[in-house]
Amino acid sequence: MTDVLNPPVHIESPDHGHDEHHGPTGILKWITTTDHKIIGLSYTVTAVIMLVIGGAFAEIIRAQLASPNGNLVSLAQYNELFTMHGSVMIYLFAGPFAFGALANIIVPIQIGAPDMAFPRLNALSYWLYLTGAITMLSGFFVSGGAANFGWVAYAPLSNSINTPGAGADLWIGGLLLTGFSAIFTGVNLCATIFYLRAPGMTMFRMPIFTWNMLVTAILILLAFPVLTAGLVMLYCDRHFGTHIFSVAGGGVPVLWQHLFWFWGHPEVYILALPFFGMVTEIIAVFSRKPVFGYKGMIFATLSIAALSLGVWAHHMFTTGVVLLPFFSIMSLLIAVPTGIKMFNWIGTMWRGQVWFSTAMLMALGFLFTFLIGGLTGIYLASPPLDFFTHDTYFVVAHFHSVVMALVLAGMAGLYYWGPKITGYLLNEAIGKWQFWTLFIGSQVFTFPLYILGLEGMPRRVAVYAHDAQWKALNDLSTLGAVIIGVSTILFVVNVVVSWKKYPAGDNPWDGHTLEWFTTSPPPHHNFYRLPQIRSERPTWDYNHPGHQALHHGQHDEPSQPAPEAPVS
Amino acid sequence: MLTPALPPQGATVRARRWRRLRRAVALPLAALALSGCTVPSFGASPGATSSSKSVYHLWQGFSIGAAVIGALVVALILYAVLRYRRKGDRIPAQSQYHLPLEVLYTVVPILIVFGLFAATLVVENKEVSNPKTNVVVDVNAFQWGWKFTYPGTNALVYGQTTQNPEMVIPVNTNVRINLSSSDVIHGFYVKAFNFSRYALPGVLNQFTIRAQNTGTYFGQCTQLCGLYHSLMWFRVKVVSQSDYASWIATFNNPTAEAAAKAASKTTSQQTASLVPSKPSSTKFGR
Repeated sequence: MTDVLNPPVHIESPDHGHDEHHGPTGILKWITTTDHKIIGLSYTVTAVIMLVIGGAFAEIIRAQLASPNGNLVSLAQYNELFTMHGSVMIYLFAGPFAFGALANIIVPIQIGAPDMAFPRLNALSYWLYLTGAITMLSGFFVSGGAANFGWVAYAPLSNSINTPGAGADLWIGGLLLTGFSAIFTGVNLCATIFYLRAPGMTMFRMPIFTWNMLVTAILILLAFPVLTAGLVMLYCDRHFGTHIFSVAGGGVPVLWQHLFWFWGHPEVYILALPFFGMVTEIIAVFSRKPVFGYKGMIFATLSIAALSLGVWAHHMFTTGVVLLPFFSIMSLLIAVPTGIKMFNWIGTMWRGQVWFSTAMLMALGFLFTFLIGGLTGIYLASPPLDFFTHDTYFVVAHFHSVVMALVLAGMAGLYYWGPKITGYLLNEAIGKWQFWTLFIGSQVFTFPLYILGLEGMPRRVAVYAHDAQWKALNDLSTLGAVIIGVSTILFVVNVVVSWKKYPAGDNPWDGHTLEWFTTSPPPHHNFYRLPQIRSERPTWDYNHPGHQALHHGQHDEPSQPAPEAPVS
Repeated sequence: MLTPALPPQGATVRARRWRRLRRAVALPLAALALSGCTVPSFGASPGATSSSKSVYHLWQGFSIGAAVIGALVVALILYAVLRYRRKGDRIPAQSQYHLPLEVLYTVVPILIVFGLFAATLVVENKEVSNPKTNVVVDVNAFQWGWKFTYPGTNALVYGQTTQNPEMVIPVNTNVRINLSSSDVIHGFYVKAFNFSRYALPGVLNQFTIRAQNTGTYFGQCTQLCGLYHSLMWFRVKVVSQSDYASWIATFNNPTAEAAAKAASKTTSQQTASLVPSKPSSTKFGR
């Protein structure tokens, strides 16, 4: 224990402290590394590039829809664009950014581990992801173009008769590769969190972000194999003469939807839970309070995960072949743990000291945007209302509210944890501009889409010539998309402007968790020393003795804090 | 609405806060119960059929709940961030749990959810019921158009991309729709019906509509079905019952009869080829 409490003498630099790690440098180091932080950084850069590519597709889509008979792109190109927009954003940005980039970097540090449990598997995950991304996007360079059957690839539209091109096969192949990447990351996260926690880091002392990543990893392991199996079946139908999804051979097209959504709805939470975790950490740190209802928060996460495995058919209400009431009540019930989270976030800020850093503003932007996306999701859990709005822009607006909230949360994560990895802060002034453009842009972009959906505009249409009145609302939405584009440019500008300019120090935000105890960036195996871990906020406890979280029942006695221990 | 700004100083304050919270959650429930015709539309419209009106009322009920809960949450967030914005380096009280409050915001949402579910069931059961009727329309969707045939008559309407084939149905009559697809999945969607249903290959989807207003309503394929998905339009023309009878009668000539027979034969061949294991007479019989 004395070692733990008394830091060793100052160490000049990580390299000197770890002489055994002399290895390749430069690009060779990047290619051969098994360090979770460098792999995580590769993930971050790749995922942000995917965000920019997917965003560019979105801007073209919105430009096309700015006029009822738009002819910026052809009907065929339009189908490719929205298919690849959805695929890039869901498969190549949101998931990998959450569990490849931030979890990879942060989870081992948060639990006091030197690296992931299987560092080489971790490297393999990244290379599978990069290969998968390149494979999927290369569809644009083959004859017939990229996949064009929507990101959900419903059979029988996705069979070899209706979609003969190689772009579809590249889409399947790319998705298989990124799917395996996700599965391996899931295995790795589970093993890391179960086996590599520092002494004292019990399960109920793990930060919420780590908890959410554990639940996400379990969901990945339950859901992704189903998608993988479905994709193999689809490929066999396309090339090996099976008839799994074709009626002519006695197959069932709807089976694809079952397989896809059995993965697809847990996937929604695989995407969302990591970002919920980020927001939880950020709100707590920037309110200078512990996470309100810490255990309730974990319970809510677990119940969201459990429920998410039983709601897939709410995507299929209008097929007419699923049991409506069961999937309706299961879907409605997810609102309950989600609501618990929302109130816990508010409770965390309550009587705190809310500090409006860019990261916190982004997290607050997440709260508002996610509230809208969450409330509109409740409608869709009701079959009659789903019949009404299914495949209209209302649904598009709903899930874009959710994913724009996730983008806000992801940006919060970058502003919050970026300094830990790079050692440098981003510019706060540009950050605030970025926040306001992203936040306002998101609302201006989604709000008209809700109305368009209610007025009957279907999704995935390149023209809406019969109802030119929809132009005004579409133009407004396009304006929102442009504002979001500006915010993305501001982010890139900020990275360039702030490059190695504002040293962060080890603990710029007065953080709670272990990553703020080590240096920025952390040394090769993350820690030279560790504090005692006696709560989920070891760094806070170390820096603010006498300000531990109040026990249950102490909530009403703020005037009687625990006896002040002398600050060391 | 909620301003528990006072520092809590004992049981009375806590009781008052409880009362206020209870009132805040009672509001959406009361509003749901009151949802009637003076309620705002929240962007939807009552539509032209009996079930579209039920769906509209359900929409209003959900919207009131969403608006009240949304306003409550926004108010709480705004209050928290403005009232408790950082003013110094003081470390606030590190309170972490408030079990009664946590139980409250777990139990109340569960009750609201079951209320929403009950309302859903009522409308849903009405909407998916298939009462007996004499007016049946076989709707066949294909890449990229629609074919409407009327079993027992010679009536046939057929139209491809952008041709707007018109499905004629009588007003105030239960109309059974037998929806099928000849190739990929399509979506039968009429905005004025507040309703959509997939046309699935190999599956016969049945539903009943009862139009209450005459008029012509726009419909469109809503499920991505390939290149010309954007242009796969149709119309539904709701006419009086006598107009409907005379419209059917216009097909009573040898030419129309031959066309209808040929079309019906093509449809059954197409659909039968999709379901070889099951005889078309039971699955798509007419």
